[in-house]
Parts: sequence; structure tokens; C-alpha cells
Amino acid sequence: MSINWFKYSAPTTFYPLAGKMIPWFGWLTAILMIGGLYLGFFETPDRLSDQKEYYRIIYIHVGAAWMSMWLYVVLAAWALAGLVFQTRLSYMMAAAIAPTGAIATFLALWTGAFWGKTSWGTWWDWDPRMTSELILLFLYMGYMALQSAIDDPRRADRASALLALVGLVCVPVIFWSVNCPDPNECAALHQTSRPGGGNMDPNILWAMLITALAFWMYSFYVILIRVRGIILERERHTTWVNEILENKR
Amino acid sequence: MNAISDFFHAGGYGFYIWGSYGAAVLLMAGEIIAAKQQHRTILKRLSRMARMNAAEEDE
Amino acid sequence: MRDLTLAMRRRTDVLTTLFFFIIVVSLFPLGAGTEKMILMKIAPGVAWVAALLASMLALERLFASDFADGTLEQMLLTPQPIFILVLGKIFAHWLLTGLPLVFIAPLVGLQYYLPDEAVITMMLALLLGTPVLSLIGAIGAALTLGLRGGGILLSLLILPLYIPIMIYGAGVVSASATGTTDLQAYFSILSGFLILALVLSPMATAAALRISVE
Repeated sequence: MSINWFKYSAPTTFYPLAGKMIPWFGWLTAILMIGGLYLGFFETPDRLSDQKEYYRIIYIHVGAAWMSMWLYVVLAAWALAGLVFQTRLSYMMAAAIAPTGAIATFLALWTGAFWGKTSWGTWWDWDPRMTSELILLFLYMGYMALQSAIDDPRRADRASALLALVGLVCVPVIFWSVNCPDPNECAALHQTSRPGGGNMDPNILWAMLITALAFWMYSFYVILIRVRGIILERERHTTWVNEILENKR
Repeated sequence: MNAISDFFHAGGYGFYIWGSYGAAVLLMAGEIIAAKQQHRTILKRLSRMARMNAAEEDE
Repeated sequence: MRDLTLAMRRRTDVLTTLFFFIIVVSLFPLGAGTEKMILMKIAPGVAWVAALLASMLALERLFASDFADGTLEQMLLTPQPIFILVLGKIFAHWLLTGLPLVFIAPLVGLQYYLPDEAVITMMLALLLGTPVLSLIGAIGAALTLGLRGGGILLSLLILPLYIPIMIYGAGVVSASATGTTDLQAYFSILSGFLILALVLSPMATAAALRISVE
């Protein structure tokens, strides 16, 4: 098993592998998204306790929020792999993940604001979840800023990798501090009017999970496309890339 | 027709729901297009450079 | 040791940082109005934001001059463990930028009508918190060594990491001013941050220095 992994850790072999995987993820995304949304819109009640139709925003909000957090962890994992194993591809993956993660975070904030406006009447509320999400966005932006600010690719990779790891260590601290600014009592995790508890219609739950999964597939899809571009750019001096270029002529 | 317009109206919350989904679709589609575009541009640019290098060597 | 002597010669740096802090703190009442109740409420936040900014200003110079003339590379080559070197520099930075703020805190208390206990609390909180700012800031400074757009980039990277310290640092002063909750927990947390930063930051900074210099 380990032999296979290391074989694909070279850009040469990963490039075509990624190329083959991309359409699969694309189709999975489409199917899951359409299925989940259909379920969420047509097989579910129009109202949910005190919330009205707008609760359907959660299908996007939850998916985006989960992805934003998960992608950061994955990014940090690739960063760690790069620093420990000195593999170029690890850094390329981390770089490919960052924009998607940032967009997911932004989307979570955006849909969260829309949700907030409809549920609680305000576009923004400094509740712990949203505030942490905002800080996560800053972390992503910092990572991308540092990477683009350094010309030497090797230094850029390693510096931003270190930054990502420091950020990862700080994330629990940040989350905890935002959540419990008064250590003697912790704030409510999220505004209470979110659909939950035992009364949730199972279809809603399914729709939420399916769309979240769809987001995950989507992440694979777009990140693999992006990393192929990055691989080409970085490895442009190698013979295998030149062969590809010749075939394209 | 009525059913469809009702669907979009979503009990008065149309703006918010479609504002959210619209942003999502825009961003996601945009991201895909950008990534693919970037790939294509890189391919083109590198091919051009490779061709120029090959031409130089031929001289 | 060397850094301390160097720093002592640059005594003007202390004054610059101090005056920056004072000016920023004085700006807020001019902008936000001088109503007593409002000022009392925002005092902790304002003081801490000013402290963050003041700390960040001097960070660039933490490694920059040694980097420019090549002594940094030489220091990395010596058998002496880097983290001692790093700690020395950070300590010097803190002496120049963090510690003075502790002593100037009463001035903030004056301008913002803070009760005496709150001022004492603020001094303690700053005493515990500003070293952490220097420690974390050092990581950022090491990462952004010699980059164009360095200062702003440094701020962008570091400020999110500063947030927990600010939340509790300002929180404890607020709590002290309103006298409602027990302060012990806050100080435990702040001390915890300090210890954690003392342990982890020098390693991270050393790693960042290696990355930037090689």
C-alpha cells in the first residue's frame, strides 16, 4: 500500500491520475447536488417550526462551513507532509486547496448573513461561530498573501506551510476564546433558532448531508483541476511536461 | 406557471434564498471556470515557450 | 545580551513606541466622542488594539537589520541553539515595546475614566499579554523577513493570531471595571497563553528563520 502512495507522490504520475479522477468527481458533484437539492426543496415541508422557507439556506450554509473548516485542516496536513517529507507535490496540493477553502469560508459567511437576516433580523451578529469563521477567512487570506509575496517558490512553500501549521494550532484557541470571552460562562454556540433537535424532518437532515457531501466532491473536482495547472507551471522545465506540450501542438 | 413563480417567491423569502444560492452558484461556477482557464492558459503559454526554445535550437 | 546593549542604544525606539500608543489611545475619544460611559466601556478594547499595533510596529526590526548585514546567517551557523538567540531578541523587543506600555497604562485609565482597580488589572494583563504578542509576532517577523510590503503583510498574518490574547486581555479589564465576575480565571488563561507561547514560539520562530534565510 505504501508503495502505491509514494509512486503517486511524484508530480509525473499524479498529473495523469488527477486528470482521470476529475470527471468522476465532476459527475459525483452534479448528481449529489441535484439529488440533495431536490430532496431538500421538494420533499420537505415548507415550514420548519418557527422558520419558514428560508431555512433551506442551510443546505448551502452548512456544506460551505464544513468544507471551509475541513479544507483548512487538509491544507495544514499537506503543509506538514511537505515540511516533513520534502515532497514538492504536497506543497502544490496545499496551494491548490487555499483558494477553494477561502471561497468556502466566504460563502459560509455570506449565506450565514442571509440566514441571519431572515431568522434573527440582522445581517451580522458577533456570535462565536460566525466570528470564528471570519477569523478563518483571515487565516486563509494570510496564507495566500504570504505565498504570493515570496518570489522564491521553495521559500514561499515552506513559509506558508509553517504559517498554516501555526494557524492550525491557534484555531482551537481562537475558537475557544471567541466562544467563551468570559471564562466563567460560555456563550451559546450558535443562535438558538437553527433547525435541530429531535424534531428535524429526516428528509431535511438527509438533504443537508447529501449537499454537504456534494460540496466535498466539488472541492475535489475544482482542487484537482487547479493542482494540475500548478503542476504544469512548476514542472515546466521537465521532459515529461515538454512531452505533454508537444502532444498538444 | 403559478407553481413556478410561487417556487421562486418562496413565501416572500425569495430574495434571501436565491441570493444565497445565486452567490454559491456564481462562486462555484466561477471557481471552476477560473481553474480550467488557468490550466488552459498555462498550457498555451508553456507550449509557446517550448516552441520558441525549439526554434532557437534549430537555428 | 548583545541585543540588549544594541537596544539600549536605540532608546528612541522606546519613546517612539510609547508615543504611538499614546496617540492612538488619544485618537479614539476624539473620534468617538468623549462621553464618559462610552469611553469606560471601550477603554479595554482600545488599549489592547493600541498595544497590538504598537507591538507590531517594532516587529519588523526584530530581525531585519541582522538579516540585512548577514549576521543572521552567521548566527544560524553557530553551534549555539537558535532558540536562545531568538528568546534574547524577543526579550529585548518586549523590553522596548511591551513593558513600557504596562507603565503607561494609568494614562489610559485617566483618559478613559477607568476605576483604579481596573487600571491595576490592565497593567497586570498587559504585563502577561505583551510578551505573548512579542513571541507570536516574532514568528511573523521571521516569516516575512526581507519581503516587500513586509509591514502590512506581517500585520495581516499576525493579527488573527493575536485575537485570543486581546479577547481575554480586554475582557479581564472590562470585568474588573464592572466588578461582576471573578478575575482569577482570566489571569489563569493569560498565564497559560504566556507559558504556551514561551514553549512553542521560539521553535516556530527558529524554523521560520531557517526557511527565510536559506
